[in-house]
Formats: sequence, structure tokens, C-alpha cells
Amino acid sequence: MERTYFPVLLLLGFAAFNAVAMLALSHLTMRPRPTPVKQTPYESGIPPLGDARERFSVKFYMVAVLFIIFDIETVFMIPWGAHYRELSCAVPLVAGSCPAGQVSFFGLGEMLVFIAILLVGFIYVWKKGALQWD
Amino acid sequence: MPDVPSLFYTFHFYLFGLVAMASAVVFVTRRSPVSAAMWLVVVMFSLAALYVMLDAQFIGVIQVLVYAGAIMVVFLFVIMLLNLGHPAELADARGLWWKLAAGAVGLGLVAELFTLVRGATAAPYTLPAGYAAQQVAAEGAIAPVAGPLFHEYLLAFEVTSVVLLAAIVGAVVLGKRRADAR
Repeated sequence: MERTYFPVLLLLGFAAFNAVAMLALSHLTMRPRPTPVKQTPYESGIPPLGDARERFSVKFYMVAVLFIIFDIETVFMIPWGAHYRELSCAVPLVAGSCPAGQVSFFGLGEMLVFIAILLVGFIYVWKKGALQWD
Repeated sequence: MPDVPSLFYTFHFYLFGLVAMASAVVFVTRRSPVSAAMWLVVVMFSLAALYVMLDAQFIGVIQVLVYAGAIMVVFLFVIMLLNLGHPAELADARGLWWKLAAGAVGLGLVAELFTLVRGATAAPYTLPAGYAAQQVAAEGAIAPVAGPLFHEYLLAFEVTSVVLLAAIVGAVVLGKRRADAR
């Protein structure tokens, strides 16, 4: 188990090293000449307007909630896709493949029902204009 | 989880457990809701690491994707919607009695956990030692979840889509009404 996760550790270490190295290098090589303009928070290149702590529109929340719901839908598709060969065979797989004449549409059918029900929700969202910003 | 936990395994199990508990304590004691939410992300990540160590790799990945990703986004959006202002201006709504009540509920839950861990678990709810690791080795990390989900629990899986549909309709009805009222 320790061995299998070594690449993950390498990736984490490399990412952390990169982040620290970029900050450290720019700090070591810069010559600080601060001006009031340079000290302002960067906001897409335009002068910042007002405070960052203002009330945000409920539209952002709508987008976030719809994102979660369709995210969960995808979560159910991952195990389905990984298990699809077994699900589309009426008998257990023989050497990783389905015996002739035993292919079933059980796996396809159950996901189609799942998606059809959620498609109703998607059409409802679309018709109600919840995906439109204004 | 190996049959006999190695020192490496035990060390990391307690490490992630302690990180999760410490972050949870910091999470509930923060004044600024945004930094509390960030500590909650740390709790979620530690829990994901514990899931992976218990040979529930798929659940661990989903924990990061759904909880640390999607659910935290919604928490942060709620904080932005409420616009609680600067943390220093916030009056602490949690009075002494609320703190005592929360502490009592917490102690109750800890006591329940201890009883569960120390007491004997009924046979249908226990797995033989190393069972999950054997399954993952034999079938991969996803198949042990996918097999029962799409056979024995097929009805529950299909009902999930109805629950998600209800959530979609609820979000649109509540969200659109408020947006139109402006």
C-alpha cells in the first residue's frame, strides 16, 4: 500500500515545491519600489470599486446549487461506466468478456431511466430560464 | 487496511485523525465564516485520506470532489449572499447557554461513539478483517461499490434521481422567485 501511493506523494511534493519556489524566487529577485497604485489589490486590471464584502446576487447561488445537483448525477455515472461490462451481461463474465448470446440491456436501461428523470429537471430549468443570467 | 497495521499505517491513521479533529475544533471556534469554511475543507480532506486508508478509495475521491469541491462552493456562496460584514463587527450570537448545550450534545455523541467502539457489533454489520482490501485487490476500487448499487440497491439508485429532481425544482422555484422580485 505504501508503494502504490508513492507517485501521489511525489506529485504533492512537486506541486508544493513549485509553489514555494515561485514565491521565493520572485521575493529574492525583486527590488521593492512600492507605489500606491502597485499596492492596490489586482482586479482584472481596472481600479477596484468599493469593498469586497458586498452582498452577492442570489443568481450565483442558483448556479452553484444546479452545479452540485448535476455533479452528483455524474458521480453516479462513474461507477456505472466502470462496471458497464458486468452490467450488460446476463451471466458473470468469463475471462473478462460476455459469453455469446448473454448480452443484456439491463445496464443501459437502468441508466437511461436515471437520466430520463433528471432530463425532466434539466428541461424544467431550461424552460424556467434559470440558466439565463437576466 | 492491512491485517496487521504497520507502524507506517498506524502513524498516518492517527495523523489524519488528529488533523481532522483539530481542524474541526478550529472550524467551530472561528469568528470569520469564510475562514471557518476553509477549515472545514481541511476536515473534509483528512476524512478523504482516512477513507483511502480504509480501502474505500472511491468514497475518498468522491469526498474530495463532492464535499470539498461542490458542497463547499455552496457554503461559500451562502456566506457571500448573507454578507455578514467584517468578522470584527460580528456580535457573537453564541451565548453561554448555547455553548453549554452544544458541548453537552458533543459529549453525548462522543459517549455514543465510545459505546459503539467498545461494545460488540452485531454479526450482520461486521466484515472479516482485511475483507475490503481483498475485494479491492480482486475487483478494483469501484466494482465493490458499483455491483451492489446497480443490482440490490437498484430501486434506491433510481429513487435518487427523483430526489435530485426535487432538489432542482426546489432550487429553481426558490431562487427564481427571489431574483424576479428584485
